[in-house]
This record gives sequence, structure tokens and C-alpha cells, in this order.
Amino acid sequence: MALAIILSGVAVLLGVAALAIMIGRSRGAVPIVYGACLTVSLISFAGALFELTYVRAVPLTVTLPLGLPWLGAHFRIDALAAFFLAVVDLGAAAASLFALGYGRHEKAPLRVLPFYPAFLAGMNLVVLADDAFTFLSAWEFMSLTSWALVMAHHREHDNAYAGYVYLVMASFGTLALLLAFGMLAGPEGGYAFDAIRAGHPSAAVAALVLVLVLVGAGSKAGVVPLHVWLPLAHPAAPSHVSALMSGVMTKVAVYGFVRIVFDLLGPPDWWWSMVVLAIGGITAVMGVLYALMQHDLKRLLAYHTVENIGIIFIGLGLSLAFKAHGMAFAAALALTAALLHVFNHSVFKSLLFFGGGAVLTATGERDMEHLGGLIHRMPQTAFVFLVGCVAISALPPLNGFVSEWLTFQAILLSPQLPSWGLKLLVPAVGALLALSAALAAACFVKAFGVTFLGRPRTLAAERGHETDRFSLAAMFSLATLCLVAGILPGLFIDALAPAVKGLVGESMPFQAGVEWLSIVPIAESRSSYNGLLVFLFMIISGMLAASAIHRLASDKLRRAPAWDCGYPDASPATQYTADSFAQPIRRVFGTVVFRAREVGEMPPPGDVRPARLTVELHDLIWETLYAPIAGGIASASERLNRLQFLTIRQYLSLVFAAVILLLLVLAIWP
Amino acid sequence: MIFDTAVQGAQMILVLLLSPLLTGFVRKVKARLLRRRGPPLIQPYRDLVRLMHKEVVLAENASWLFRAIPYLIFAGVWVAASLVPTFRTGLLFSWTADLIAIIALLGSARFFLALAGLDVGTSFGGIGSSREVMIASLAEPAMLMIVFAVALIAGSTQLSTMAGFMISPEVGLRVSLGLALISLMMVAIAENARLPVDNPATHLELTMVHEAMVLEYSGRHLALIDLSASLKLLLYVSLIACLFAPWGLAPQGAGLQALAIGVVAYLAKLAAGGLLLAVFETAIAKMRVFRVPEFLGAALMLGLLATLLLFVSRSL
Repeated sequence: MALAIILSGVAVLLGVAALAIMIGRSRGAVPIVYGACLTVSLISFAGALFELTYVRAVPLTVTLPLGLPWLGAHFRIDALAAFFLAVVDLGAAAASLFALGYGRHEKAPLRVLPFYPAFLAGMNLVVLADDAFTFLSAWEFMSLTSWALVMAHHREHDNAYAGYVYLVMASFGTLALLLAFGMLAGPEGGYAFDAIRAGHPSAAVAALVLVLVLVGAGSKAGVVPLHVWLPLAHPAAPSHVSALMSGVMTKVAVYGFVRIVFDLLGPPDWWWSMVVLAIGGITAVMGVLYALMQHDLKRLLAYHTVENIGIIFIGLGLSLAFKAHGMAFAAALALTAALLHVFNHSVFKSLLFFGGGAVLTATGERDMEHLGGLIHRMPQTAFVFLVGCVAISALPPLNGFVSEWLTFQAILLSPQLPSWGLKLLVPAVGALLALSAALAAACFVKAFGVTFLGRPRTLAAERGHETDRFSLAAMFSLATLCLVAGILPGLFIDALAPAVKGLVGESMPFQAGVEWLSIVPIAESRSSYNGLLVFLFMIISGMLAASAIHRLASDKLRRAPAWDCGYPDASPATQYTADSFAQPIRRVFGTVVFRAREVGEMPPPGDVRPARLTVELHDLIWETLYAPIAGGIASASERLNRLQFLTIRQYLSLVFAAVILLLLVLAIWP
Repeated sequence: MIFDTAVQGAQMILVLLLSPLLTGFVRKVKARLLRRRGPPLIQPYRDLVRLMHKEVVLAENASWLFRAIPYLIFAGVWVAASLVPTFRTGLLFSWTADLIAIIALLGSARFFLALAGLDVGTSFGGIGSSREVMIASLAEPAMLMIVFAVALIAGSTQLSTMAGFMISPEVGLRVSLGLALISLMMVAIAENARLPVDNPATHLELTMVHEAMVLEYSGRHLALIDLSASLKLLLYVSLIACLFAPWGLAPQGAGLQALAIGVVAYLAKLAAGGLLLAVFETAIAKMRVFRVPEFLGAALMLGLLATLLLFVSRSL
């Protein structure tokens, strides 16, 4: 039933996409298209939620006569798919609601409206797919439609470049996945997931598939060092699409990884987890360090997605480690933490990108150095953006903290792992996780503080205005979700139980029955956390302090110029900027990671030239990994280019040589 | 149940009332060590009362957030401080937040304080916030590593269970605990903006971190922030006492006599902690801001080493 609803929802979305091509130019197109997307996403979300909570012995499946004639298109919805569908459709619904207001400012609606529903359909299909062919087609469809959305404003600076890098990386990722599925299907070509599940690949094949999936799904998710396209492409798209790409599409990639590695690939080897953990730890820290160096608000958010993907992969890696050593319960804890973070991140990252979009419409600026003081002009946007910042910085009592807390609890179970490599790696990864959490807080103090607090740095920031009510409704509903998931995490953990049980054979204990709605992963004497009470205590003690002081002492207030030690400067340029805020951290971490250098140029006394400080940063991953490859391809194609300008005799001899070579190969081939 | 509630309430009020005294005590000892007479012990209380009765002078472009932040910070720190066992373990609400959550609550308080530094848009506020987050970015992971080390030994992140384990004979002398203790003391110094990381008594703006952030606060807002700072200092001393000197802590369900012993022991521990801090601060000079990462990096490495040792062998 739910499967039929969601599949017909996909069909409706594709129909809306076709409709949008026809009516895209008319003024009424925006409410029709986004309204339809909102309705369909909400219905699909309800369907997915129903599937997630309703326990079935056998998952729903359906085979449609599409695609390869001898295979057909298989679709299936199990608990894992239902969870990811819920994440996808919740994000899609929020983005559509936001776009009802935001989309009206779109200058080129025909470049956005048709692709947006198609993109949603593609993401739904990837999660539903139950054979390799359907999965890859949906995956590629999702990539191409999102690429079209990235290219919506292709005339703007750097956007065409972002689209190009994205296209190259996406094709590369799909190629890796194609090879992975080829290896899994084996020579008989059993492309249905059922057939793949039944066949047990040899250790070598499984290892190869793991690497290919890490490259294929990892590049889409934004795992370091395959993340390079992400911070270019995500900010280039319109903001509601950025939110979807960062908050939801990266989760579809995580789904691909989980589906293949946890479900299709069979029992894991112990060393797989080491690879995943190491990649996760590096991704988390590198992502947040990159984010700290940015001053473009949307790019900062995009880099920060890389960090969160790292946290998710740490959880997945821990789960693999426990699963490989038969510690099913600990594996369930780690996997729950990772999946909960998938949900949490999709909520607050969408919220933050919406906030970035609202700032962009209000001021026309993405560069934080040109913003400031927006809390006065946009108080409601500022409030919800602050909620998102607190949530993503993993601070209690909001939701980001819960998933990181669970990850830490999983790490504390890992000394029981027998293998020595893991014994040494896991504490290091724990330290990286702690470091990234602390740096994330710094990053979002910067993002919120420079954009919304202080004094406006430009006229554009001074003239900002509050955003429309659809956008506000979308942001407020996501902010509420951040709070609800933070104070009642037990409900969300219980909802994940069937998905987790299906993958590692065990699930976390039922949380809804715990007194006071606490969460207790193992036992109360070991660890427990109650977001609800922490939230209530904070509210009560804050109110108590406020009312006591106001009543018993003083409630007088006077406005006066800022004190600033007696020398307030009228120019807003004397405030801390995004770059100067990050300077201490750049000095501590950046000198190694980015080879950061500061060159101060101080003219001699009497000279009227201004003093200058030049900061030099190097993206070492790009310079050492990608630049040589790009350079190699460029110089090779330059050489091969000569083949286009040969004489007819040279072409004939080339053909002759090729034929001889082929014949020789045939003759020698055994 | 009623008794437990009373004990929890007593703890909340005790930490609130004692924290300015601890600050005053540290100041007094420091003054005496320098052969000054120093302010009376109750001076911090007088300051708080005076500040609370003054009107707030708010910068013209300060936002609603700036006015809400003192209450948020106070709430976060007070909730955290009420959950650390001081004179009795097994507090009524100790299961609400384990040690990781308590650290994270302090992180929330710091997050908002750093935002307050940026709100008015002055350069001093900015310098304070940006340095504070730099310090926090190393102190927080170090703290978590310490939590890991102690939690691995005690098999729990619940403070009551941890304290109960630390007092039992099973603990013994361990290398990892020693490393964790040194690391925790370094983190506590940094977190509370004490010498050599930050100078709580400086009047030179460029050398301050914490004081620069709160430069624009006045009246009751400043009183709350000062009180939160005192509470945080008390919290760290209580935490060190509860984990590494849990002697005298009354167990859950203990009678009034044990509770009295617990309170006396707690006061003695606070005095010892304050005395040590004052001696240390008098003996050392403030370090340059960019030496702080090395100091905290050492704390992080010690914490990581302690955790690694425990991963290698549970008996180390």
C-alpha cells in the first residue's frame, strides 16, 4: 500500500515536472509546482512513516515492466528504505514549503521549476530501487537533475565551473558504483538485490566492492578527499535546492553506502571498519576546518556538511567494527547513532540553508563580510537560524547533541574489541570527533555572530528585511523538529529500531518505556540523558533568576552608546570580520592543514600607503591530488589533439596499424 | 523521595551560595601571598548585590539576544553545577545528564557568551570571542578525552557511579588516572579563565579573553555573568574533588550524620582547591595567547594518552 502510494507520488512528481515545462513562464507556476511537490512529499512522508512503524514479516515489493526487458524494475520498501524515505520526503516537504515564498524571487523559473520535482522523484527512486539497474538509473537521474539545478544561474561567477566539477565527480562516482554492482552481480548477471544478497562474494571481491562503494557513494556524500565538488556545487544552486542537496541528497548517498555495505555485501571483515573509521575521522575534522576558513555563508554551510558526513561515517565504521566482531548490541548502538545523525543533520542543515536563502533574498549578499546586524532587521529568521546553529554545534538540549552523545557512548564500548588496530584507531577517532564538535561550535559562533550580530557592514545589510511567511513557516517547523528531537530523542531512537535490527540483527532497548522519557542506551548506572528535563531545568532556572532579580533588585534599563573601553569607533569596519574571527584558529590549525601564511606589510613612517595583511591559504587536497590529474589530462589531450590534423595517408596508416594490432592480439590471446 | 528532593534542592542552593565565597577565598589567599591584606571574603557577595541593584546600561545596538544571554548562561551553568555530586552521590536528578552532557551544557553556556561578545559590534568583544573559541576548540576535546579515560575505568559516564567506583578499592594507582588528573587541572585552569591562560584581574584589555567578551555588560546582567563564572569555578573544583578525591562523599540513602560529614569534607576540598589555585596563580605568569594552544595541546595529548593506555590494557 505505502509502496504504491510513494511510487504514484513519484509518477505525479514526474508529471509535475512535465507540466512545469509548459507553464513555467506563467506567474502562477510557482505556487502550482511547489504546492504539488509539498502535497506529494507530505503524503509520501506519511506513507514512509507508516512503513517505518508498522512491522511486516516480509517487506513490500513490486516489479514494474520498465528498464531492462529481462529484469524489470524492482522496488522494495523495508525499514531502512522507509527511514531514508522519511528523511528525503520530510526534507522535500520543507524545501517545497520554503520555495513557495522563496521561489517567487527566481529570475529564471524555467531553469528551476521542471528540474525540482524531477530531482525529488529521483531521490525517492534511489531509495526504493531493488535492483542494480534501477538503482543506478535513479542515481544518475538524481545527479543529472541536481546538476541542472546547480546550473540554474550558470551566468553567475564560478557557477559554470562548479557545475563542471560536479558533473565530472558525479560521473566518476557513478562509474565506481557501476563497477561495484558489476562485481556483486557476478558473471551470471544477477542484478536484483535479492540475487546479490543470496550470493556470497569472495573476500577479494568484497574488498574491491567496499573500495568502489566508498568512492561512489562517498563522493556523492562528500567524503574527504572526494568532497571537492560539494562546496562548489551546493551553494551555487538556489537555496531551497542547496538545502536539499546538502541536507537530503548526501543522505541518499549514505543510504547507498549502508544498503550495499551492511545489507548486500554480507558479513563484514574486521579491517573494513578501520578504513571507514579513518575516513570518517579525517572527513569530520577537515570539513569543519575548511568551513572555518570560509566567509561565504552558503559555502561555509556546504563545507560543514562534509564534517557531518564524517560524523555519520564514524558511527557507521564503529557499527561495522562491532558487527564484524559479533557484538551485535554495540553495533546497534553505533548504527542508531549514525542514522539518528542522518535525520538530525537533514533537519538542521536544511534549516540553516533556508536561513542563508532568506538572508540572500533580504540583502542580495552571501558574503558574511558584507553582512552584520541582521538580528534587528530579521528577528525571526535570526531566531530560527540560531536554533539551527545550536543544534548543529551539538549543544544540549537540541538534537545534534543526542546523536553525538550516542556516538561517544558507542566509542566507550569499543575497548572490548579484540583487534589491535581498532584498539589504537578508535581512541584517535574519538579525539577527532571531539575536536570536530568543538570546532563546529566555533564555526557557528562565527557564522551567526558575523552575519546576524554586530553592526551592519554595508548598506545592503542595513536595508535587509524580514522574509516571507512561507519561508518562515518552513524554518519554524524545522526549528521545532530540532527541539522535539532534542528533548524527546527516545521516540526517534525507537522508530529507528526496525531499520537497525534488519541490518545488525539487534536493536537498542525500547526507550519509550524509560521513566521520564530519558534515553538509556545500556543501563542507567552506565549512562543516561534526559533532554526534556535539561531543557525544563534551564527554562525554569533562567526564568527564576530573571523574575527574582527583576522583582527583588532592579529592572531598570537605559540605552547608551557602546562602552568599548571609552573609545567606541563609529565605523562598522572596526568590528571583527569572519576572517579575523577565525584568525586564532587559523594560526593554530591552519599552518599545518592549509600551510596558512600571514604576510604583514607595514610602510615606513612618513609613508601614506596603508598597511596590509595578506593571508595565504592552500587547499592541499586540491593541489596535491586533483591539480596533477587535471594537469595530466590537459596535457595528454593537448598531445592527442594533433591526431585531428593528420593527412589522409597518415590516417590510413593509423587504421592499418590498428587492424594489425587487433589481429595480433587475437592471435596471441589464449 | 522527599528527602532526596530536599538533598537535591540543598545541593542547588549550596553551590549557588558557596560559589562567590570560593572566588572571594581565592582572591584573599592570593592577596595574602603577596603580603597584601586583600578584600574581605564576602566582597564578591557585596559586588553581586550592588550590581544587581544598579540599572543596566545597554549599548544602543544591542539585540534581544544580548539581554537574554546572561540568563541562558546562568541557567546552563547552574543546571550543570547542580548535577555534579558535591557532598552526596546519587542525587535525585543525577541521571538527567551524565558527565558528557554536563560538559556539553558548559559548552552551550560558552557558545552564548561568545555570541554576546560579538553582539554589540566592538573590537574588544570580537577579540574576546575569537580567542575564547580558539581556547575552547582545544579545551573541549581535552576534557572529553579525560571523560573517556575516567569513564573507561569506572565503566560509566554517570558521575554518581564514577564517584562510587573511584572511592572503592578496585581503583588502585593507575598511570592513566594520573595523566587524566594533570590534564583535567590544565583544562580547568583554561576553562575558568585563570592564569596562565587568562588573567581574571587584568585591566589591560588586549590581554584579556573572558573580560573582553563581557566588556559591554553592566548591572544585573554583569552580576549574572560573574555569578556564572564563580559557579563554573566551583563546578570544576567539585568535579575534580568528586572524581579524584571522593573521600567523605555520602552515599545514596545515607543518614544525616553522613551528610554532615559530606558537607564538611566538601568544604575542606573546596578550601584545598582554592588554596592550590591561589598558590599556583601567584607562582606563575600569564603566557602569550599563542602559547595557550601548546598548553592545551599538552592537555589534549595527556588525555588521549590516558585513553589509549586504557584501550591497550584495562589495568593501566
